[in-house]
Amino acid sequence: MGSVREWLRDRLGLDEIQHLVEKKDVPVHRHSFWYYWGGMTLFLFGVQVVTGILLLLYYRASADEAYESVRFLMTQVSFGWLIRSIHSWSANLMIGAAMIHMFSTFLMKSYRTPREVTWLSGMVLLGLSMAFGFSGYLLPWNQLAFFATKVGTDIVGAVPGVGHFLLRFLRGGDQITGGTLTRFFGFHVAILPAVTTLILGMHLYLVQRHGMSVPPSVEQGPTPPPRMKFVPNFLLRDMVGWLAALGLLALLAALFPWELGIKADPYVPAPAGIKPEWYFGWMFQTLRMLPSHILGLEGELVGILGIGLAGMVWLVVPFLDDVRGIGPRARFWRIVGVIAILYVTVFTLMVYRGGTP
Amino acid sequence: MKRRDFLDWLFWISGTTVGAFVLYPVVRYLVPPEMPEAATRRVNAARGDELAPGAFKIFPFGGEPGILIRNPDGSYRAFSAVCTHLGCTVQYRPGERMIWCACHDGFYDLEGRNVSGPPPRPLERYDVHLAGDEVVVEKAQTA
Repeated sequence: MGSVREWLRDRLGLDEIQHLVEKKDVPVHRHSFWYYWGGMTLFLFGVQVVTGILLLLYYRASADEAYESVRFLMTQVSFGWLIRSIHSWSANLMIGAAMIHMFSTFLMKSYRTPREVTWLSGMVLLGLSMAFGFSGYLLPWNQLAFFATKVGTDIVGAVPGVGHFLLRFLRGGDQITGGTLTRFFGFHVAILPAVTTLILGMHLYLVQRHGMSVPPSVEQGPTPPPRMKFVPNFLLRDMVGWLAALGLLALLAALFPWELGIKADPYVPAPAGIKPEWYFGWMFQTLRMLPSHILGLEGELVGILGIGLAGMVWLVVPFLDDVRGIGPRARFWRIVGVIAILYVTVFTLMVYRGGTP
Repeated sequence: MKRRDFLDWLFWISGTTVGAFVLYPVVRYLVPPEMPEAATRRVNAARGDELAPGAFKIFPFGGEPGILIRNPDGSYRAFSAVCTHLGCTVQYRPGERMIWCACHDGFYDLEGRNVSGPPPRPLERYDVHLAGDEVVVEKAQTA
């Protein structure tokens, strides 16, 4: 046994890996709780990969068969309902965890030098997660998914200049058809996973390279915070969270199995009460509340441009904020962060409280 | 120019050219071909006895949905059913005598005019006439 270990050690460089693992530690202070959310997002991503692969064994990506194959999976295949429900719930929890990770990173100003690229790669990962959600939503080919895709791609189509090109690229034509479904399936199981693997690898490498950021309030303290070994201390705490998440997933999947709905039909009206997945809710509500025209421009265009501009500003905040994380400029961006959290929270809640007339 | 600089320059130019030759067909491949618009100008939307007064029907019209509404007096009116806001399919609400888009709460009156909510333009109106037992919907001559 010992000789096998030695043989592997020489060939895989296990000593270097062990050295790296032993060296890695995490600062301990009153905001350390927020350090767990990146690992939580990663764990839920792992759940997505495993359940996604399992779903692939039964799913058939065509407009004639997609809905029926998901119905078969949910009604005939042993635990098919469980695998699909966990995939859907885990997708939602993953984006929730990613958002908590992003907002806590923002408020702790972890994006400061030299972690600007870590922030940018994280934002790309959040965008990719939302693209996963959007493309995966269509795959069961039900009525809600059909209209969500119609609205979502129409929003892309309204972008000045490249909108029409992007709309046709996404839909695979001018309308939502079986061709769109095949395309979205390709995005969901091939293109997005490939790109995500690359960016996620980069993100994790950067986290490893720069270590955990310490918020300015702790950084300014009289003594540097104590540190905790990543292995085993922090990792074991991480795993407690993952176990809790797994329990929550099982609970949600068992109590609220993900519905299949009615098969998509292009020739029925959009159903009353239609709304997108919660993480698109604040944008949906914004577009819903805007009047038809603002200053001579169509309301939807103003909304889409406004949301796009806000997203761009959010992306480049590491380059606009104070490097030390203190002073009036730092305070300004912290207030912006709080306003953004309030806006997203309130507008998301309004989707569920507002109902339809 | 030194030989090394020249070779550097040649390396990048030829690399970029090869890259462009590879990328061009890929990008063109990703964009679906333009399909000629189906030249549908008229369609049999419903049978004469299909809709009761106050009822409506979504029917296919050249690849897009249309909406046929039967008025309380038995006459018909028809519009494109594609909401001018973000493309959802609208429906008729007989109680309010309004056309409604459920996606973002847009309302149109029975002339197709956008009267409330985010839709920026009216719905395209179609001509309707009866041909035997069929309700025929036709694109308006000006459209």
